Parts: sequence; C-alpha cells; structure tokens
Amino acid sequence: MKTLADLKKIREKAQADMKLRNSNVRVKVIVGMGTSGIAMGARDVMKTFLDEIAAKGLNDVLVTQTGEKGFSSMEPVVDVVEDGKKRVTYGNMNVEKAKKVVAEHLINGNPVAEYVIATEE
Amino acid sequence: MPTKRIDLLICCGSGCISAGSLKIKEKFIELLKENNISDEVNIIETGCMGPCDFGPVMMIYPEGIFYKKVTVEDVQEIVVEHFLKGRPVKRLMEQDKEVPVTVKDDIPFYQKQVKVALKNCGYLDPESLDEYIALGGYEALGNAMTNMTQEEVVNVIKKSGLRGRGGAGFPTGMKWDFVRKAEGSPKYIVCNADEGDPGAFMDRSLLEGDPHRVIEGMMLAACATGASKGFFYIRAEYPLAIKRIKKAIVDLKANALLGENIFGTDFCFDIEVRTGAGAFVCGEETALIASIEGKRGQPSPKPPYPANSGVWEKPTLVNNVETLANVPTIFQKGAEWFASMGTEKSKGTKVFALTGDIANTGLVEVPMGISLKELIFDVGGGIVGDHKFKAVQLGGPSGGCLTNDHLDVKIDYENLLEKGSMMGSGGVIVMNDTNCMVNIAKFFLDFSVDESCGKCAPCRIGLKQMYAILDKITKGEGKPGDIEELEVLGNSIKQLSLCGLGQTAPNPVLSTIRYFRHEYEAHINEKSCPTRVCLDLINFNIDKDKCIGCSLCARRCPTSCITGSREEKYTINQLECVKCGNCLDVCPVKAVSKEAGMHPDIIQHKEKLAREAEENEL
Repeated sequence: MKTLADLKKIREKAQADMKLRNSNVRVKVIVGMGTSGIAMGARDVMKTFLDEIAAKGLNDVLVTQTGEKGFSSMEPVVDVVEDGKKRVTYGNMNVEKAKKVVAEHLINGNPVAEYVIATEE
Repeated sequence: MPTKRIDLLICCGSGCISAGSLKIKEKFIELLKENNISDEVNIIETGCMGPCDFGPVMMIYPEGIFYKKVTVEDVQEIVVEHFLKGRPVKRLMEQDKEVPVTVKDDIPFYQKQVKVALKNCGYLDPESLDEYIALGGYEALGNAMTNMTQEEVVNVIKKSGLRGRGGAGFPTGMKWDFVRKAEGSPKYIVCNADEGDPGAFMDRSLLEGDPHRVIEGMMLAACATGASKGFFYIRAEYPLAIKRIKKAIVDLKANALLGENIFGTDFCFDIEVRTGAGAFVCGEETALIASIEGKRGQPSPKPPYPANSGVWEKPTLVNNVETLANVPTIFQKGAEWFASMGTEKSKGTKVFALTGDIANTGLVEVPMGISLKELIFDVGGGIVGDHKFKAVQLGGPSGGCLTNDHLDVKIDYENLLEKGSMMGSGGVIVMNDTNCMVNIAKFFLDFSVDESCGKCAPCRIGLKQMYAILDKITKGEGKPGDIEELEVLGNSIKQLSLCGLGQTAPNPVLSTIRYFRHEYEAHINEKSCPTRVCLDLINFNIDKDKCIGCSLCARRCPTSCITGSREEKYTINQLECVKCGNCLDVCPVKAVSKEAGMHPDIIQHKEKLAREAEENEL
C-alpha cells in the first residue's frame, strides 16, 4: 500500500466481506425455512440466492431467513423487502425461479409477477 | 465473493473465555459441519462486548440478535432452530420484564452508553486488519500524514480537550506539544499498558478487542511529534493482548503501513512490544521507562519530564491505552464532536470496568458528566441480591471511596478529586452493606505495601506503619488516637513520596476515615465490627431457649469447642472458637447467631494476659 487511494480499495473490498453486519442494505431476501419449507427445498433456494447474489456482486442485498409463515401449500416461500416499496412474497420457489428473481427483481427492479402470491405495504 | 449468510460473533474477551466461549466455538464448528452449513456461517472471535456478567455472549448478524449465558448444550438448538430454520432462540435472549429483547441496543445495559474507544470492540475480528480498514481505519492517519503539519495534528487533539485516561488527567494535546517542541532525536512513543489496579480490565479489553485502533492512535501521535519508534509496554499477565498487538504489527508491516516511507511520505515508524513482569509501580511513567531500558523498574524524580528526557534520555511521549484509542475517532469525527460530550473541563467519554456487588459486571463506556447513580444503577443494574448500596471505590488502590451521599456527583476529573476520590484508570468496585470499610482500606493498603518499590522511605516505611495500625484495629487491639495517627501518616506520605504510587496509596484509608469514621470508632472503642466481617470483633452465640440439643453443631465444630447435652443444651467456649461459622450453617432451628462485638469472655481473657505480662516484666 502506498497511498490513500490504495487504502480505499482495500476498504471497499473489506466492507463487502462485512456486509452482514451492516444495517444499510437496500433489499432483504427472506427465505421461509420452516419444516415444510425445508422439506420442499427451501435450502436449495436459499443457496441459489446466496450464490447468484455473490456472483453478480450485489453488495447491498442481504439474504436472511424466517420460520413458518403459514403458506404451507406454496412452500418454499420467499419475501423480498425493499425500503419504501411493497413487500413482495413469492411462492412455490425453486432453483430456476430463484435465478430469475435475482436477475429481474433484484437487479432490474421488476418483480416477477407470475411467481408472486402476495404483496403488502 | 463470499456466500456466507450469517456472521456469528462470539465474544472472546477474557471474561467470556473463562466462562467457556472457546469450547462453545469448537462445538459450533463441529455442529455446523454435521449440518453441512459450515460454508454459510462466518465464525468470528471478537473482543469484549461488555456485559461480562451475561457471559458467554454472542451476536448474530444480519439480524443483530444477542444471546447471553450460552452453554455448550445450547449450541445444538441455535444451529438447528436459528441457523437452519430461521427461528431465533428466545430463551437465550436478554429478558426485559419477561419479554425477550431481540436487538442489542435495546438492552438497558447499553442504553446510556456512548462508545468511542470501545466502538469496534466486540463488533470486529481483532485479528483482521481488513475489518478495521473496512470501518474507516487508518484513513485518519493517511490524511494526517499527507495533508497536515505536525502543529495542525497537535491542535486537533488540543481542541478536542482529550485528557490522559490513565488516571491523572493531564491534557493530552499539551503533552504532545511538549514532545513535538522537545529537542533531541530520535523521539519515542510509549503506550502504557501496564494496567495493574485490582478490578480493572479496560486497557486489556481494548488491546484484545481492537488492537489496530490503539496502534493508529500511537502512529497519529508519532505523526504529531516526529517520533520514529513506539513501544507497547504490556504486562506479561495479558498474553492475549500481547499476541494480538504482535499480530497487528506483522499485518501492518506486510501491508507497508508500518516501516519505511508510510503512505509514500518521509514518515518512518516502527513498533516494538515490551512485556512487563507485573510490578504495579511500572505503570508510573518514569519506572516504566527504566524498565524498557532494561533497568530495575523504579521511579525517578521529575523533572526532567519524559517529554524532554525519557527512554534513553530522548524525548518520549507516554500515553495510556485508552487515551490513544480515542485519538483515531477524534480525527475521523472532528475535535468539536468530541468536545461536545462531557463537562466543561472533562471532555469525551470514559471506559469503566464495573465489578463488585453489582448486577451487570462488565466493561462500559459512558459520557463524562454522567452521575454515579446512572453509572451504578442504570448501566450497572444496581446492587445484586437484597442488599443495599454502601460505597464505591474509584481508581483502585490509588483512589478513594464515595458513598450514598455522592450518588448525584457528576463524574469528571475535578469533581471526583474534590470528593476525595479520583478518576483513576477506570476500575469501579461497588460494595454492598455487608462490607467492612476498615477491612476494605486494609485490603487496598496491603496491595500498595506489597507493590511499593522501596526506593523512597515515606512509601516503603510509612505505608507499612499504616498497615500495622489498621491490622491492629481489625484485630481489636486499636487504641484511641489511632485514627489521628493514620491521618497524619497518610497526609505526610502523600506529600513526601517520590512517585504516584506513594502519593496516592493512603487515599483508600483517608477516604474511608472521612466517610466511615464511625466504623473505625466502633472497631477501636467498642471492639465491634458493625458489618460482622472482622473475625476478632464478632462472636457466635447459641440461644439456649431455641436450642433443641441435637448436637449437630458440636459434631461439626473443627475445634470441638461446643459442649453440652440434650438436657443442658449447648454452649460455645469463646476462647477456643475460630469463628468458622459451621455451627450457624448447620443449626436446624436457627439457634446460633453471629453478633457484632468482641465477646466479654475474650475481653476478660485479654485483660488477664496483659496483667500477667506486666507482672512478669516487673
């Protein structure tokens, strides 16, 4: 390291590694991980989200999890929460659908209407 | 890019390590592997999070959930329920009126705290330079080096009003300026991490929890004064602190942040760690410097001050760990921001280590000017159990005690000094109403007698004499005039001693006399210890009306001094009694009582012995 600019580079990279501890995230992806969700493949869905988000370098998106939400017949269920926007709930998710949500919703900002099962303020 | 989704921060401060946090960490590693999610969870060992009483504690991000008193058995539930299924384990959270508190900042313990020096402590991985940089680390240093003159750097600290956190409270900016202006080369910086007060663990926690912050503070000081070499003087009892500072130095050198031409400027700086052998007096700056030079750790008269003639007679800046830890934040957020906290003469915040009979023992940081009441009752959670608050000892063996009447005192350097106590390095020992103040004074004085280096007579001989008088008082051999004698001795030792150790060592005795004179008087005149602590001044008695003659006490008595029968009931032979309290513990009908005061039998016996001794002499 020789200059302040070099320091800044290291900082940006290190900040990405610490993003889980940062509360300033743009979008939260919440995967329902109740017993039925896991039985229907919620873990694979979650891993896909994690991998895709990492691969696309989306530093401001956070993947977290929650318990049973009461949509057992539509598991796995995934919520996408963004400040100032309606909460979007996707149902019957799988690996392919997860990839599409990352590409269209998280990157381009357009919810994938065909998978949506509920929205709320 | 990482695919981690959970940051598990396990507190590995010394308190939590003793409570078993390392075993918990091992269990996590094992169970994460078993459940096949090792690659999803980051396990990070952090420094002290503060609430040591709740230990082992941990924080889990992204949710920011705080778990306390976690055991190895709880790990299974956390992994399966929280990590796999996303259901945080409520029973492990801090409960406020039976409602689990999810977010750390909502816990009452944290609410009145303002973290400056401890900002990252318990939040980052202390062994990771990258994490420190991610939180803005070394930027202040880079800026100061490339864009500011030495004088400008000193002025920032002067304007902030920062004062030495080691205890005496000398203005840090002035000290820096003395060294900057001092002639001689090379110049040295010494970080005083010889924390020795009983019950103090602030500096230790800072070094263990955020070593880079202290190093950056030291380098900013070097930048301001033109020093080229720094020493960390850390006592050998702090192996983890030593290890982490050494690791930090290696990482910095690998990244060219330490060594020659840092940030492409002419600034060159190197740091060396020196371990102290644990002598309390080496926390005094002149003794510390002697120890660094390889000499016996003894103080020398001032002047010359270290600023002009310190390590190897070169200009030397000696700053305490916490003082240096405040520096990077002052540069990041500005001197005005720092000066906006605190009182007129004491700015910023102060780290305290809360110990004793207090509910939330641990490491806290509060703004200067907070009242003792807020510190002890709001942050500290008050007295543990059904007891009442009696006194608080600030500043360890160099400080003095304060009482109930002082709870509204605003904590700053001048206020505490005026009341006969001192800020000290930040040890806060809280005592409940079962503590005998004479005994407490004796305890602290014992420490100082032990730690006196012996160089000057007032401290070496005077403290020993004071201790002898206190010892007699607690054994029931005190006589009228002892209190006055203690005061005369104490005041002369304070005035005549060479260094800070002797100048402050009488404080615990003088302050307890000032506020608890009646306890001294009871010990001397009534041969009674009101709090029933001093064994020679209490007695055990069996109430014959209550005694059922079961003989349990007689059988448990180690000196067989309880005799009697079912019909006659039991009595204690006072001359043989060693006051172990077994009889009190085993009596099924509570017929045994522990009373203040020397038993008449013993008083008679002592008088008889005295008479005989006199006759023999004749």
